[in-house]
Amino acid sequence: MEIKFTLNGKEAVVVCEPSLRFIDLLREKLSLTGTKEGCGVGECGACTVIMNGVAVNSCLVLASQVVGSEVLTIEGIANGEELHLLQKNFLQAGAVQCGFCTPGMVLSSYALLQENSNPSEEEIKDAIAGNLCRCTGYKQILDAVKQTAKELNPSAKL
Amino acid sequence: MNKDFSVVGKSLVREDGLEKITGRAMFADDYKFDGMLHSAMLRIPATHAAINSIDFSAVINNPSVKAIITSQDVPASKKIGIIKNDQPVFCDEKVVTPGDVLAMILGEDENELRELVKSIKVDYTALPTLTNPAKALEETALLIHPEFGTNLICHHPLHKGDVEKGFADSDEILEQVYTTQTIEHAYIEPEAVIALPIDNGGVKIIGSIQNPFSARRIVCNVLNLPPEKVHVVQAQLGGSFGGKDDNMCMLSSRATVAALKAKCPVKIRYTREESILESYKRHPYILKYKVGFSKSGKIKAMKIDLLADGGAYCSMSPFVTWRSVVQATGPYAIENVHTDVRAVYTNNPYTGAMRGFGSPQPIFAQESIMDEIAVRVGITPDEIRRRNGLKLGSVTSTGQTLRDHDVNLIPVLDKACAFTNFASKWNEYKNKQEELNGYIFDQPIFKDEQFIQPEKLIKKGIGLAVSFRGCSLGAEGLDQSSCFVSIQPDGKIVMLSGLAENGQGLRMTLIMSAAEVLGVSSEKITFLESDTSKMDDSGPTVASRGTLMGAAAAKNACDLLLEKLENVVRVEFKVDDSDFISFRENLVLSRKKGAITKFDDVVKLASQKGIDLSVIGRYKSPDVSWDEHSGQGDAYFTYVYGCQVAEVSVNTGTGEVYLNKITAVHDPGTVINRLGAIGQVYGGVTQGSGYGILEEVTSEDGMIRELNFDQYLIPTAKDIDEIKPLFLEGEEKYGAWGAKSLGEPTLELGAAAIANAVCNALGKRFYNLPLNLEEVLLGRKLRPQDLKRGSL
Repeated sequence: MEIKFTLNGKEAVVVCEPSLRFIDLLREKLSLTGTKEGCGVGECGACTVIMNGVAVNSCLVLASQVVGSEVLTIEGIANGEELHLLQKNFLQAGAVQCGFCTPGMVLSSYALLQENSNPSEEEIKDAIAGNLCRCTGYKQILDAVKQTAKELNPSAKL
Repeated sequence: MNKDFSVVGKSLVREDGLEKITGRAMFADDYKFDGMLHSAMLRIPATHAAINSIDFSAVINNPSVKAIITSQDVPASKKIGIIKNDQPVFCDEKVVTPGDVLAMILGEDENELRELVKSIKVDYTALPTLTNPAKALEETALLIHPEFGTNLICHHPLHKGDVEKGFADSDEILEQVYTTQTIEHAYIEPEAVIALPIDNGGVKIIGSIQNPFSARRIVCNVLNLPPEKVHVVQAQLGGSFGGKDDNMCMLSSRATVAALKAKCPVKIRYTREESILESYKRHPYILKYKVGFSKSGKIKAMKIDLLADGGAYCSMSPFVTWRSVVQATGPYAIENVHTDVRAVYTNNPYTGAMRGFGSPQPIFAQESIMDEIAVRVGITPDEIRRRNGLKLGSVTSTGQTLRDHDVNLIPVLDKACAFTNFASKWNEYKNKQEELNGYIFDQPIFKDEQFIQPEKLIKKGIGLAVSFRGCSLGAEGLDQSSCFVSIQPDGKIVMLSGLAENGQGLRMTLIMSAAEVLGVSSEKITFLESDTSKMDDSGPTVASRGTLMGAAAAKNACDLLLEKLENVVRVEFKVDDSDFISFRENLVLSRKKGAITKFDDVVKLASQKGIDLSVIGRYKSPDVSWDEHSGQGDAYFTYVYGCQVAEVSVNTGTGEVYLNKITAVHDPGTVINRLGAIGQVYGGVTQGSGYGILEEVTSEDGMIRELNFDQYLIPTAKDIDEIKPLFLEGEEKYGAWGAKSLGEPTLELGAAAIANAVCNALGKRFYNLPLNLEEVLLGRKLRPQDLKRGSL
């Protein structure tokens, strides 16, 4: 089956089985290895991508479901070599240790900020509750998202 | 802290941050090679079984299966182990635990292989199982490894003073039994490794490997290859916490056997289920404590008996339990101590190294019993620790006199108590323990005040735990490290360390150490790809020794370079010996002349003169001592001290423990990268909290029930409200500027502090981890096979 969709702002066409998991399409067919697999059952969030504005676990999405959609992966967050504000703040806040959960964390946070540029701490926690991290204890990740919200929205409540 | 530091102590962004934040960082499973084959493992659903025969006929002529790898393909050592060779690379006679692998098949399509492997028929005879460690040493117990003649993996005794006399001198004696659970490391990246045959008949291995030198040593033994033919390269490591050591030595061995047979690159990657099934876990312990004490709360004697379930293989059990024997009393000066620590074989999943390494278990027990004693003698938990805690000049249970370092136990305790207003909160919550008792639950309600108000169901509690922790390997073995630093002619610097970047930020710590000594900005320094053929073995990256041993070696290397550069400056810029030269902010300064020249220009001059600006710096730890029979000696050359205070809310209706705040006070000597140090505390506290209230790997006749994150629950962003890291820094003589250990101390205290806080809230003490809902509410664990659910 021919899978046509928009990937990181560009049109992508992949020929594959319609039941191929989207994570495998990204990693194996397109060599976009920034999307990680941690559990394969939608619990850890390492494979999070943004599909039509919503953060989804790409291990639970099949190729056929992606047809016609707009997808953003970690490779599409920066503007060329210029990091997105969220990425800069993740680094500055120390939100990255081993880095395996990082792409998924960034994308869940990104999706949140697209929807709600002025989130409360609880709203940030809700947004990343499906992304497991074993290194950081999440605190510096929350700091990074708060800081980004503050910079995006000078009247932020945080 | 030395205020003169220009780099050390700052918060700097890690050197691999850009790659990781953009998704470009290459983890093991991200590597692909032409002609690379995938693999699938053959296992049987048995805990203990004799293998009669394996019938490969269903796959042998299948074109999708490129090779079948069994024990017969292993050229040299068929069994491996970091300490003891007891774990078969491929089982051919029997399996002793469900994770065991009998064979593997290779092919291009991994999904197809995973289906095909199920068609291989294994004829086996199920054997009786031994899953209760308490029965492992009974005379009638079956033997997991009959060749050893016993299920005892190791026994560490310790005798100091005369415990019987100590008990006779005591006003009161308290005896308790505690248990701690098996837990999973739960690194988010499952195991992956690729072995690539190279032209000289050797192999290059790229993998999610915590200790590349351990992997090299074991692969060499399995393949009978010399070390120069085995290059182990660590990919970016997606978390380890002690958990990607033995298992990665195993997977590296299997991949290498396969790659050399198939003559092509072979990748092994595990699903989460396979990872949890086969990888080793944290040891569950049964801990028996008998403590004699005076009316004033002075501990007179302690008798301790610890039993660790080592599971099916030895792994690191002897070292894990050795740390337990050294630290089992906790950080208290006790005249009379008798400790026995044993690890035993069972058919359970094997257990080995995990962040904390034999300390979280005894800390839970010892800190629980100290609180209980405090209540009995009528003093607060902080006060009993002040009365018994180790101070400068105190003698530990191993007979070691504490000197040569800041014995910071009381200072960390005082700092934590002052910050949290501990004693007054503890007394306040204790006085509220009885509040719900006025309600009569089983009677009809007639009046409004008979309703329990929801907020009354929530009980607050505060608890603390303290520890001392020996830094680095101690008497486990040789303790040294090296670091290569080379200044290029353009003034840029490259580094290599024999210690590994496991995600903790070690490379940035070493870069900052080098930048501090050489007076350059850290952007000038790059880390080269680590490869076991390029650097000296610096021992494993374990035991919170990375900063202590690694930064010390980096500093020593840079001190050697500085001496060379200083000589150049003295000659070329005519600076006499009475003047003092310093390197700072990419400049060279003299006390008399001020800024003389730039760092880059001195380097250029030195290069032109042919001066070698590449050095290897080394650091060897001071000597330690140990007597195996008495358990006496100077076990570690220095110690760190910690105190954590947990503030919790307990829902008495559901048993849920909510963590409002954890205050963590640690004394890492000198903090090098503050951003990384704070991250270690947040992460360690969170893991320790998971151990305290959520996590447990359970098994039924050796079969693990929780094989993925839908059942094995680790803390999420929503599980802990606030974590407050506080550092007590000081001048220390060991390591780089006295930088010591932090990674493990942050993890080991949480469960104990939480258990004490829950007890403060409810007035009821818990003896079994984790304090999940059913333990708190019912005082027992519910298992899926239980006939009754809930509170019925």
